[in-house]
Amino acid sequence: MILDGKCPTGPIEKTWDKHRFDLKLVNPANKRKYNVIVVGTGLAGGAAAASLGELGYNVQAFCYQDSPRRAHSIAAQGGINAAKNYPNDGDSIYRLFYDTIKGGDFRAREADVWRLAQVSNNIIDQCVAQGVPFARDYAGYLDNRSFGGAQVSRTFYARGQTGQQLLLGAYSALSRQIKAGTVKMYNRREMLDLVVVDGVAKGITVRNLITGELESYAADAVCLATGGYVNVFYLSTNAMGCSVTANWKAHKKGAFFANPCYTQIHPTCIPQAGDYQSKLTLMSESLRNDGRCWVPKSKADLNKHPDQIPEEDRDYYLERKYPSFGNLAPRDIASRAAKEQCDDGRGVGPGGRGVYLDFATSIKRVGADTIKERYGNLFEMYEKITDENAYKRPMRMYPAPHYSMGGLWVDYNLMSNIPGLFVLGEANFSVHGANRLGASALMQGLADGYFVIPYTIGGYLATVKPGVVTTENPEFTKCIEGVNAYNNKLLSINGKKTVFEFMRELGGLMWENCGMARTKESLELNLKKIPALREEFWKNVKVTGSGPELNQQLENAGRTADFLEFAELMCRDAHHRNESCGGHFRSEYQDEGEAQRDDVNYCYVGAWEYKGDNKTPELHKEPLKFDNVHLAVRSYK
Amino acid sequence: MSDHKTMTLTLIVWRQKGPKDPGKFETYTAKGITEHHSFLEMLDCVNEDLIRAGKDPIAFDHDCREGICGMCSQVINGAAHGGQDRTTVCQLHMRKFKDGDTIYIEPWRARAFPIITDLIVDRTALDTIVQAGAYVSCHSGGVPDGNAILIPKPAADEAMDAAECIGCGACVAGCPNGAAMLFTGAKVSQYALLPQGQAEAATRVKSLVNAMAECGFGNCTNHYECQVSCPKGINVKFIARMNREFLKAQFV
Repeated sequence: MILDGKCPTGPIEKTWDKHRFDLKLVNPANKRKYNVIVVGTGLAGGAAAASLGELGYNVQAFCYQDSPRRAHSIAAQGGINAAKNYPNDGDSIYRLFYDTIKGGDFRAREADVWRLAQVSNNIIDQCVAQGVPFARDYAGYLDNRSFGGAQVSRTFYARGQTGQQLLLGAYSALSRQIKAGTVKMYNRREMLDLVVVDGVAKGITVRNLITGELESYAADAVCLATGGYVNVFYLSTNAMGCSVTANWKAHKKGAFFANPCYTQIHPTCIPQAGDYQSKLTLMSESLRNDGRCWVPKSKADLNKHPDQIPEEDRDYYLERKYPSFGNLAPRDIASRAAKEQCDDGRGVGPGGRGVYLDFATSIKRVGADTIKERYGNLFEMYEKITDENAYKRPMRMYPAPHYSMGGLWVDYNLMSNIPGLFVLGEANFSVHGANRLGASALMQGLADGYFVIPYTIGGYLATVKPGVVTTENPEFTKCIEGVNAYNNKLLSINGKKTVFEFMRELGGLMWENCGMARTKESLELNLKKIPALREEFWKNVKVTGSGPELNQQLENAGRTADFLEFAELMCRDAHHRNESCGGHFRSEYQDEGEAQRDDVNYCYVGAWEYKGDNKTPELHKEPLKFDNVHLAVRSYK
Repeated sequence: MSDHKTMTLTLIVWRQKGPKDPGKFETYTAKGITEHHSFLEMLDCVNEDLIRAGKDPIAFDHDCREGICGMCSQVINGAAHGGQDRTTVCQLHMRKFKDGDTIYIEPWRARAFPIITDLIVDRTALDTIVQAGAYVSCHSGGVPDGNAILIPKPAADEAMDAAECIGCGACVAGCPNGAAMLFTGAKVSQYALLPQGQAEAATRVKSLVNAMAECGFGNCTNHYECQVSCPKGINVKFIARMNREFLKAQFV
């Protein structure tokens, strides 16, 4: 099937304004008759729930944490982009649009990206109005910094905790609506199924994580803002609870999964220290503004203290390879370059899996106090984890899974192919193409939540009669019974291996064979090994406790079971895409280490349809057209 | 991967089946722990052993494991988050302990935070305080340009100092009165310091203080344990600012 993204046509700069006008409206007095479910309370979900509640819809919001304030958006450090052009350095909506399309290696829709760039400016105004304490200069104006993949300073930030401050802003708006009674908040609930009635999304099944009870909720539209799936690698920068589960359940109910092979490996994370490790910690990309990446030129220097390696014996490989962007090369490029140096046997630290990120030059130039003001909390965090002082000794960094550009397929209105199911933020696939630029995730989450869904959901709701389906509908009972049987099965296996052991094994396979570089052979290996591991899981996993109680093992087991299915789709997608683009690097398709795209055959969004357990999924394509930015080799040299 | 020396530790952990269960301490042994394990990774290892033995693992809250989500919440050897300066449990590393140590692990204990299971407590009272008015009542859209209202850097910086709170509740757990004054003071101060928060300053501080009392939190008697317990180093001066704002609000 050829998919239609329903993008507006005409001059790109008018598309969103025109579309907004064309959308149907719901009468203010009728809005309260409509129920909307929002799953996830990060930047996209929190902002959406707050904005929809304020418009007058009846919103039910869900999160698995004990408070909506804890969603993993909170961990984003560096900043948020906007085309304000406050520094007068040549930025514009058009440039942000252009950078994002190019940064995504020409695998995103032009219209979606234009809209993102256009509303980026509203986001900053919105957050300032909410009391988000962005960094300011001495005159009281908002401060900006530069970030990877851009040659203008368009990143707004709040120390090294921008995600936290933006999320607390959205959470404050959400709290206001909870108090006003327009949003009913359900904490500690995990979505375990999507309820589809006559082909239309009408509700969800959740597990109450405290009592273990399964609960049904009905609505006229369901919004998933459930984040990304890079915990499929087991070790990633995501929170422990991040999973593909909500998206995967929706996929199994018919929602297409687009571009699952596009995952972002972030270049600056603290290297792994041991096998017991449960997660990797990211150090903001902003550090590359003042830190220089290097490894020793000679393997003979590997065991020396970095201070004892003179300037001429250091290989500042990013500055060497990409003179115009240098240390600010985009993430996919910087990650691969780090891997290259380590594969060449010149990596530093345990296992040779690390590169130096050195601040000595900047400390000399601007002084340690300025560096401390810019990155103090990051240096502190680094010291807590590694016991090393980065003011005195360069940090050691290694790439780690961080973000998923792929996600559920949505049209321009953020609606999936299931009517009534909307997907927001990282959970959808829409704007980052094959690679996301730094400080763009926060921008997308808030754009979707504050400024896109409030308009587009009205266009859909205006066409449906409110409250037609309630939880009395037999489909809800069927979903509850299905989830119950599934959980009981997990609990009854009583095998020998723990959930963590399976997850670690799956993560290892994915990192090794579907990670920063993939090949036809490595993917085919995974396509054999993953089904075998999945089979073993269902025979040999050990989950203690019971269903109707707080049971964290059962939660993890369910998430792992979904990852074991999803991982196969991810490898299948990577295997079918015979090109390299952005975060998807197939070693066979390269030009001296640079990704080699195939625009003739692969300039499309690959969206997969679920066809049943152990059946081959079907690929649908949405061709990508570039009318405003010319397809070109993406060069940062 | 690592060839570090390993430690063996004795853990004395609070186990409680549910809110009505009286609960008791149980003793476990953690083996093969290196200095690079985080405290929660050490507990993961203990739990893996418990699961293999067919026993219920220790339930504890955690999520981001990088010190920012505020989900983790344990009293370790009598100190919230383990007593290291500006450190959450998930960022506490085992290099702070010695081979053979005995470690006591308990949940947050406060009237406003009922225990759910083992080390997991119910902190919805903190959300209730925020819902009482810790926000600027602005709409989505229709706001002025971000640079329309200038904010002096010292004010923006101090607001940020207050806004760094991660809402973990360690201040409450550390306080002998179970007070949430540091948490609430930080919220009140963030908005009081910014021009955007001025219009509602008086009503905000009154309703937040009211909500604190209704949720069952205690009052401040200047022990400063909250500041010591706070993993983000939120300063008690924000409690003083809240008191000042509260007093001021009586005359508005």
